[in-house]
Amino acid sequence: MNFDVSEEQQLLQDTVRSFLEGECPIARVRELFESETGFDPALWKGMLELGLGGLLLPEEHGGAGLEMIDLALVAETLGYGGAPGPFLGHSLAGLALRLGGSDAQKQSWLPRLASGDVLATLALGEEHGAWGPEQWRLPAAAKLSGEKTWVPHAAEADLLVVGVEGGGLSLVERSAPGIEVEPAEGVDRSRRLDHVRFAGAAAEPLAKGVAAAPRLRDAGLVLLAADAFGAGAKLLDLCVAHAKSREQFGVTIGHFQALKHQLADMAVDVEPCRALFWYAAHAFDHVPEDAERAAALAKAHVTERAMQVARDSVEAHGGIGFTWECDVQIWFKRAMFDRAFLGTPSVHRERCAKLAGW
Amino acid sequence: MDLSYGKEYEEFRGEVRAFLEAQWPPKDDAAGSRDEQTQRFRRLATAEGYLYRSVPRHYGGGEQPPDEIRAQIIREEFARAHAPGEARGIGTMMLVPTLVEKGEEWQKQKWIEPTLTGEIRWCQGYSEPGSGSDLASLQTRAERVGDEWVIHGQKIWTTNAHVADYMFCLCRTEPDAPKHAGISYLLIPMKQKGITVTPLRQMTGGSDFNQVFLEDARTPKDWIVGKRGEGWLVSRATLKHERNSIGAAAQSAGLFQGLVELAKATPRGDRRAIDDPEIRQRLVALEGRVRAHEYSGYRQLTVSARGENPGLIGLMNKLVSTNIGSEASQIALDILGDDGLLDSSQQAILGRVPRGGNRHWITQYMYSLGIAVAGGTANIQRNVIGERGLGLPRDVYADRSSGK
Repeated sequence: MNFDVSEEQQLLQDTVRSFLEGECPIARVRELFESETGFDPALWKGMLELGLGGLLLPEEHGGAGLEMIDLALVAETLGYGGAPGPFLGHSLAGLALRLGGSDAQKQSWLPRLASGDVLATLALGEEHGAWGPEQWRLPAAAKLSGEKTWVPHAAEADLLVVGVEGGGLSLVERSAPGIEVEPAEGVDRSRRLDHVRFAGAAAEPLAKGVAAAPRLRDAGLVLLAADAFGAGAKLLDLCVAHAKSREQFGVTIGHFQALKHQLADMAVDVEPCRALFWYAAHAFDHVPEDAERAAALAKAHVTERAMQVARDSVEAHGGIGFTWECDVQIWFKRAMFDRAFLGTPSVHRERCAKLAGW
Repeated sequence: MDLSYGKEYEEFRGEVRAFLEAQWPPKDDAAGSRDEQTQRFRRLATAEGYLYRSVPRHYGGGEQPPDEIRAQIIREEFARAHAPGEARGIGTMMLVPTLVEKGEEWQKQKWIEPTLTGEIRWCQGYSEPGSGSDLASLQTRAERVGDEWVIHGQKIWTTNAHVADYMFCLCRTEPDAPKHAGISYLLIPMKQKGITVTPLRQMTGGSDFNQVFLEDARTPKDWIVGKRGEGWLVSRATLKHERNSIGAAAQSAGLFQGLVELAKATPRGDRRAIDDPEIRQRLVALEGRVRAHEYSGYRQLTVSARGENPGLIGLMNKLVSTNIGSEASQIALDILGDDGLLDSSQQAILGRVPRGGNRHWITQYMYSLGIAVAGGTANIQRNVIGERGLGLPRDVYADRSSGK
C-alpha cells in the first residue's frame, strides 16, 4: 500500500512551484490576465525547459515517459499558481498523438511537441455542449468544413487535434488555408479560448483516433480535476491568510467562529478531493476497468467543490472579495473554466450513473 | 502509487486467512453457547497477535509492534470472514488503552483481561447536563472520606449504564484548583445503592443512553487512575489510540452501497427511483464525497504507516462522515416517498410494527443527527479543523486553562 506521491513527484511539483514563484508571481499573473492574448512566449519557453511539453510522451520521442499522475500533479501546481498559458491543450494534443497516431505521425510530431517547437492544442467542443466523441458532427474528410468551439489558445497554436464525426481525431496545421480563429472571450483569462471555423482546411486523420478519443476525454477530465483542486487549495490559503491578518473589533477575524467554521467547511470541501483526483490519475494508467468512471467522478466532484469554495471565498473576504483587485477573482474564474470545460458536473454525473449500470 | 499491499503483507494476509478458515465459524459440533464460542475464538486470535495488538501479553493482549497496515489487513480479513473482531465497547476502546498507559500495575492486572474478554462491562462518566462541549466545567464532586471516595453529581448520555459493572468517571476532587486541574479519573462500581440509572428516550424511540445519578456513591480510595487532579490529562491519553482512518470511510462506503440498493429496489411510478434523473444526480454527487473519503483513508494509512502525521485530512474524518451520513439519509427519504410518512418510534417503544415501509432508513434519517453530535458536535469538529488544521487563532472567549 502506497497511496502517496513519491519523492520524485514531490520534487517535480516543487520545481514547478518555485519556477512559477520566480517567473510568474501574482503580479505577472495579473498582467497576463489583463493582456490582449494572455500568452507569454518567454514563460511558456521556461515551462518547456522544465520538460512540461512532453511529460507523457515516450522518451524515444523526446518526452519524459511519465504517467498521468505526474502530469496531474503538475496540473495541480499550475492551478495553484494560476499559471497562464497553453499547458492543458498542448499536453492533451500530445497525448492524442501518443495514443492515436501512427508510427509515422508520432515520429513526425512528437519530438517537436516535446521540445515545444510546435505548439499544439485540442479542438473537441461543438455547439450546445457537444464535447464527447459520440456527439461530434464536424464531417470527417480530407478537407474539414465546420466549426469547433472553446479551443484553448488556438490563436497561438501551430497544430490542432480536431474531433470529427464518428468519434475520430484529425490533425490540422494552423498554417493551412481555410482556417479562421475568433477569440471566444473565455471567462478564465489565464487560459484563453477561441472558436475555430474550417472552410476546406486540409486534415489528416489520426490512425487510431477512434480508440484514442475516449481516453483523451478521460485524460482531460483528470487534468481539469487536478487544476480545480489546485485552485481550490489556493483559494483556501488566500482566505486563511485574510482571516489571520484582517482585524475587526480589535482582533483578527479568524478568531470569530462564524468565519472559522466557514473556512473549516471549505477545507472539508477541498482537502479530500486531493485523493480523488490522485486516484483518477492513477486509474488512468493502472486500473483500466475503472479509469473512465473515476475520471468522470473526479471531474464532476472536484470542479464543483472548487467552485463552491470560490464562491465562499468571495464572501469570506467581505467587500474586497467582490473587487477586480482582489486575487480571489483569478482563481474563481479558473474554477469556472475547470467546471464547464469538457462538460458540466451534471453531464459527467449522468455518465457515471450509466457507467455503473444504474 | 500502488494500491496493493505488497508481497510481504500479502503473505501476512494469507496467514490471517488460513487462521480464519481453520477457526471461524465454529464447527457444528463445537461446545458451548455462541457467546462462549466467540470468547474462545477471541482468545485464540489474541494469542496469534491478531487482536488487542497494543495490549501487552501478560495483561491478556496480543502485544505486537505497531503496524497500521497489518492492523488494516486483519480488519479486512476478519470482516470478510464475518469473524468477531475486538469486542467493541467503551471498555476496550477507551478504558483499556488508558490503563495500559496510565494505570497502576494492580489495576492493569485486575481489569484489563476481563474487560477484553467481555466478562466485565464499563460505561463512561464524562458528560453532565451542564458540561457538554465544555467538558472540563464538570461539577460531579468526589470527596475523600476515610478509605473511600464519596461521590455526588449527575452524568448524562451514558451508553450502557444500565448493564455496566463499572464506570470510569471524571469527578471534581480539587474544588479550589483551576478547572482542568481539579479533576480526577475514578473507577466506580455501578451496582450500589448510591447510583440510580434512568434511560433517556431518543427521538427515534430507542434508548441507547442513560442518565446516572450519583448520590453518596462510594468507591475505594485507590480506584483512581493517575494522581488527584490529573484526571483531565489521563482522559486525553486515549485520544491517540483512536485512529483507524479507513474504518469511518468503509462505513460511509457501506452506507452508500445500501442507498444505491434502496434506489434500485424502490418503485417510482412505473419505474424505479434510481431512474429518476434527480436521484441519479444526487447519488453520484454523494458518491464523489464517499470515494474522496475512501481514497483519503488510503492516503492517511500510507502516511501513518511511515510513522508520520497525516495533517489536515486526519482532523476531518468525523465531519466528513457526518456530512455523508446526513446527505445519505436525506436522499433516502426522497427515495422512500410515501414511506416518509411512517413512524418508526412505536416499534422501539411498544414493539408495534407498522404495515410495510422501510423503517430502517426512517430511523437512520433521525439517527444521523445523533451521530453529528456524539463524541464532539460538528461545530466542535469545525473548531478543531480551523484551529489545529488551518492554524486560525483560538476562540477569544474560551477558557482553556489546561494549556494541553
